[in-house]
Amino acid sequence: MQSVFTGPVFVVRDNIDTDQIIPAQYLNLVPTIPDEYEKLGAYAFAGLPESANPERYVKEGQLDSEYPIVVAGRNFGCGSSREHAPIALGSAGCKVVLAESFARIFFRNSVATGELYPCESPDRLCDAFKTGDVVTVDLDAGTVTAKSTGKVYKFKPLGDVRPVVDAGGLFNYARNTGMIPK
Amino acid sequence: MTLTETILARAAGKARVQAGDNVWVQADILMTHDVCGPGTIGVFKREFGQTAKVWDPNKVVIIPDHYIFTADSKSNRNVDILRDFVREQGIGYFYDVIDDPSGHWVFDPSRGSLKRQHGAHYAGVCHTALTQKGHTRPGEVLFGTDSHTCMAGAFNEFATGIGNTDAGFVMGTGKLLLKVPETMHFRLEGKLQPGVMAKDIILHCIGEIGFDGATYRAMQFDGPGVANLSMDDRMTIANMAIEAGGKNGIFEFDAQTQAYVDYRCKLNGTKAAYEPVARDKDEKFVYELVVDLGKLEPTVACHPNPGQRKLAKELGSIKLDRAYVGSCTGGKTSDFLEFAAVLRGRRVVIDTFGVPATPEIVHDLQSARWGDKTVWQVLTEAGVQMTENAGCAACLGGPVDTFGRMNAPLKCISATNRNFPGRMGHKDSQVFLASPATVAASALTGKITDPREFLPKG
Repeated sequence: MQSVFTGPVFVVRDNIDTDQIIPAQYLNLVPTIPDEYEKLGAYAFAGLPESANPERYVKEGQLDSEYPIVVAGRNFGCGSSREHAPIALGSAGCKVVLAESFARIFFRNSVATGELYPCESPDRLCDAFKTGDVVTVDLDAGTVTAKSTGKVYKFKPLGDVRPVVDAGGLFNYARNTGMIPK
Repeated sequence: MTLTETILARAAGKARVQAGDNVWVQADILMTHDVCGPGTIGVFKREFGQTAKVWDPNKVVIIPDHYIFTADSKSNRNVDILRDFVREQGIGYFYDVIDDPSGHWVFDPSRGSLKRQHGAHYAGVCHTALTQKGHTRPGEVLFGTDSHTCMAGAFNEFATGIGNTDAGFVMGTGKLLLKVPETMHFRLEGKLQPGVMAKDIILHCIGEIGFDGATYRAMQFDGPGVANLSMDDRMTIANMAIEAGGKNGIFEFDAQTQAYVDYRCKLNGTKAAYEPVARDKDEKFVYELVVDLGKLEPTVACHPNPGQRKLAKELGSIKLDRAYVGSCTGGKTSDFLEFAAVLRGRRVVIDTFGVPATPEIVHDLQSARWGDKTVWQVLTEAGVQMTENAGCAACLGGPVDTFGRMNAPLKCISATNRNFPGRMGHKDSQVFLASPATVAASALTGKITDPREFLPKG
C-alpha cells in the first residue's frame, strides 16, 4: 500500500463546503456509473470562486488534476452529505487532504469510499504553503515535508481510519476483516 | 444519558453507551432521494450483488425531490433509476413523481415552472415528506442520504445524514457503525416576541457556537420554552443542526409531538407504535446555553456561511436583488403564513420566489382563506412567483433551469438553510439566511429589513 505521496499542493482556505468541492448542478452524475465517475473528477473544486482561487484544480478540458495533495484550513468539507465530494476529488487524482479540521460527513465519506486520506494537521498548513509548492506526505511517519526548504510538519496519525482507506473503503475493509462475508 | 445516548443505546442493544463509544446501531428507516439514491443503489448492487435484496423493503423510504422540475435528462433518468429499483425490490414507500409505475419521468419546460407537473403520489421535499407521510417516530433511528435528515430530531428521534457508501451498507444490513456523539445542551426559556420566528432561534444558536461549533456533536433542545414552539418550529431548528456541523439535533417528547406523530401515522397507515426517550438525571453535556426566547430579535446569517450572525435591523444598508421562501427548513405551511401575513395587501419590489416544500403545503395555501382570498392569492397578488411544483428547487442551486436559481452574481435573502458561496447557483452570488417574516419585509423594501417594521401597531 502506497504510504508516501510527493507532488504539488493545491491550497484552499477555511470552510470549503461541498458546493465548492462539487457544485450541486453536477449531482445529476451518478458516481457508480464509470464514465460519470470520471466526469465528476473534471468538476472537482469547480465551485471555488475565482476571486479567491485563480488557479483551477482541474484545467479546462481535463479529467484529472496535477495536484495530488490538497491543503486546507478549518472545517473542510462542511455542508451537504454528498459523497460526490470526496469522489470528485479522488476521481481527479487527489490522494491526501491535509486540513486543520474536517466536517464530520465529508471525513466519514472519504474513509467509507476509500477515495482519499483525510489528515488533520495542528499547524495551519494553508498559511505555510501556496498552490504549486511540492511536498512529500509520509503517512507512516505522519509528516509533510516541503521540498524547497526541507521543513517538516507533523500531522495527527490516522489511527483506525488508515486501514479502511488502505483497503479501498468500508466494504473492502469489512470483507478483509471478516465483518461481512467475502 | 442524554436523549441521543438513550436512543443509540437502545438501537445498539446495550444498557448504556457514552460519548465516544463506537456502536453498531440498528436502523428503523433509511431514506434516500433522486440525487443520492442512484449512487446508493449502485453501491448496494456492487457490494451485495445484482440480485441482492434490501434488508427490509418496508423500512426503505424513497422520495424524489431534488432535481425534478428540470429538463436535464440525467436528472429525469435518475428518477427512473429509483422507480426501477422500487419495482425490483418491492419497496413499500416510494413517492414517485409520476403515477405510472412503469413510466418514465420527463419534465416539460414548455408548460412553465408554475403549474403542477407531478402526479398524485409525489410528496415533495424528503424531510418534510417523511414527517407528513408518517415516517418520523419518537425513539427511532433514521438515516438519510441528505445532511438535513437531522430535521426529524424534532420528533425525539436520532436522525442523521450519511453518504452513499454508508447508505448502501445500511440498505444491505440494516446496521451502521456510529460513534456516540457528545451532547451540547440548549435550554430554551420563555416565548418569542411577535415578528420573531424559530429560524431566528437557530440562527442565534449557530451564531453563539460558530458554524463548526457542533462538529461531531449532538445538539439537544429542551426546557420550558419548547412548549411554546410548534412542531413546524422545532423542525426548522433541528433541520439546521448540521449548519453548526452537528451530527444530529433532538427535542424532548411532549403532547404536541405525540399528537402530530399519532395523527400522521394513522392517516398514512404507517407503523403507529413507538417508544419515546426522556431525559434522565445523569445527562452529561459538553456545552450549555440558556436561550431566553423573549429576548431574541429578527436575525440574519450573512454571506458566506450560517455562522455570520447579525440582527436584521443592523443590515439596512444591504441592497438585495431577490427574495426566496422555500426548502425543508423554511417552506412549511406555517412559514408561508408568516410570509403572507407581512406581505398581505402590499407589493414586493424585488424578484420574489415561493416554493412550498410539499404538495400538501401547496394544497394548504390554496385552500386557506383570509377574507375573500386564499393565502396563495394573497402571495401572488403581492407579486410573489409561487410554484405548485413543490421540491428543493433553488435552495441548492441545482441544474441551470431550476426555478428561482441564481444564474448571475445576485444578492438574495432566503428562508433556506445554507449560504456557502454558490449554494443557490452562481458561485459569486450571495445568500443571506433569515426567517420568512424577515424575507417578506426585505422583499417589500429591497434591502434587509426587520419585519417588526411591518407588524400591526398596538
